Amino acid sequence: MSQMRWALSDYQTIVQQELTHLVRQPSLIAWQLGSPIVMVLLFVFVFGSAMDIGGGADFTSFAMPGMFAMTMAFGFMNTAMSVAIYKEKGFIDRFRSMPMAPSAVVTGRGVSDLIHAALDLVVLALIALAIGWRSDGGLAATLFAFGLLLWLRFALIWIGVWIGLKVKNQEAAGNLFALAFPFGMISSVFTPPSLMPDWLGAIAMWNPVSSTANAVRELFGNPVPLGGSWIEQNAMLMAVTWPALITLVFLPLAVRKYQSLGR
Amino acid sequence: MDYSIYAEGLRKRYGDKVALDGLDLAVAPGTVLGLLGPNGAGKTTSVRILATLLRFDSGTARVAGLDVRSNARQVRQRIGLTGQSMAVDDVLTARENLVMFGKLFHIGKSAARQRADELLAQFGLTDVAGKPPQTFSGGMRRRLDLAASMILAPQVLFLDEPTTGLDPRGRMEVWDAVRSLTAQGTTVLLTTHYLDEADQLSDRIVVIDHGRAIADDTPAGVKRAIGGDRVEVVALRPDDVDAIASVVARVGEPVVEELRVHAAVTDRVGSLTTVARDLQEKGLDVEDIGVRRPTLDEAFLKLTEKVTV
Ligand SMILES: Nc1ncnc2c1ncn2[C@@H]1O[C@H](COP(=O)(O)OP(=O)(O)O)[C@@H](O)[C@H]1O
Ligand SMILES: [Mg+2]
Repeated sequence: MSQMRWALSDYQTIVQQELTHLVRQPSLIAWQLGSPIVMVLLFVFVFGSAMDIGGGADFTSFAMPGMFAMTMAFGFMNTAMSVAIYKEKGFIDRFRSMPMAPSAVVTGRGVSDLIHAALDLVVLALIALAIGWRSDGGLAATLFAFGLLLWLRFALIWIGVWIGLKVKNQEAAGNLFALAFPFGMISSVFTPPSLMPDWLGAIAMWNPVSSTANAVRELFGNPVPLGGSWIEQNAMLMAVTWPALITLVFLPLAVRKYQSLGR
Repeated sequence: MDYSIYAEGLRKRYGDKVALDGLDLAVAPGTVLGLLGPNGAGKTTSVRILATLLRFDSGTARVAGLDVRSNARQVRQRIGLTGQSMAVDDVLTARENLVMFGKLFHIGKSAARQRADELLAQFGLTDVAGKPPQTFSGGMRRRLDLAASMILAPQVLFLDEPTTGLDPRGRMEVWDAVRSLTAQGTTVLLTTHYLDEADQLSDRIVVIDHGRAIADDTPAGVKRAIGGDRVEVVALRPDDVDAIASVVARVGEPVVEELRVHAAVTDRVGSLTTVARDLQEKGLDVEDIGVRRPTLDEAFLKLTEKVTV
């Protein structure tokens, strides 16, 4: 069998294992979506009335794309966690002692996380529709927007894998939430950076999550309260570029970390 | 002779910490080597090196006649590994677990299913084939874990502390499973920190401490070296000690330590019976009487003393 087919068959097996998990434990999805959903309800119904994002724009339409982007951003935690569990339970050792494609474990996880993320988006979009969010961008633009969201998630898989291989155990991976939270929140997800103090606003603008959130707002035809800065004006470009850069840096790091586990 | 596992002068350090300090091992085909040592002795490090998971600093390591460094891939086709933690998927069923590993070994879908059923039968798991390991006892989980490492019927199997954390019943189940493997001719390297486990399962025992072999012998030889079982009597009064010593002398060379009199024995029940009966005949009551095995700590003390003296 050629190397490529060998590796593809390994991906298929790992992905199938993941999907079986999802089917047997649908509560996993509910659990993982719990926090963004609670956050949405809080923001839209509790703070929403007090939130003025300027220009008379509707907060729900502004916040939903932000929530999609935030869920993608927090997703790397799931990847890190599952890789850490894999490692702790000795799966990675067993896989490495088998004659399987060396990168299949790492990339197989990535592929199944992406499928997982797509399911997350479907559920979130349904909830958003239920509370009044709409996409006015047409089918192609809407699909492209979801593509951009998955593109961000794809890039973050490699950060997740890298972290998951690096941390000692799953508790350590769980503690990363302290890191993930500001990464998701100091962005344009729920508040326009122009309303933040200057220094914080600058960080928020350059946060890759903001670029994706703003780009999909544009594509959905939702309100995009943009400032005049270059990074905000070029959200679409950066929503494509940021994940590419992240992948370029962290994919090799993750693969290298996997290969160096034996040192 | 062509050894199934051969290591010479293995050295491995993690930063400043020396984990293996020139370890030698030689395991003949179809035999079981018990690698016995306390926590931190270097057992897991040895297994990981031999199972191609860990690089080492110097020395030679061959498994199934192949160099683990230069022929890692071929080695992997000939070995099975059961690590310290049980690598089974708790959500998949027992059977699905084995089929998954079978597919990862690229034996083909239908062969994977067939092999899964064979292994479930061999390890006594047929009845629970459709249940997830979440619901299993420790012994059952470990047997499934063992089955997963046996998919390719490997020539060489590494078992890293397979019974640590199991209850006595689970240990027995795993011991039986290991015996059934060795009956089929699999070469096994088993690590443990239980002397009785190494004794029960191995043809040869290597005792390691601080990354070095401090004994390499048959189980009988190791037990002899560390003193084996002892009959021990504790006197009620200092005045009784001499009389007790003369009774104990009937079963072995008595050693007197204050109120304690003990002697090395081989026939555990016989010698205890003799001593107890004679004490009764002489009307000697005692504080305590029994057969003791040296704890692993005492064994190590003894073996390390031998090395350093
Ligand atoms: N990844 C590691 N980094 C640093 N030290 C380690 C690492 N793994 C093991 N050690 C050390 O190497 C020694 C041998 O460990 P190990 O082989 O796990 O022992 P055992 O399995 O016999 O308990 C121990 O002192 C342990 O602390
Ligand atoms: Mg160990």
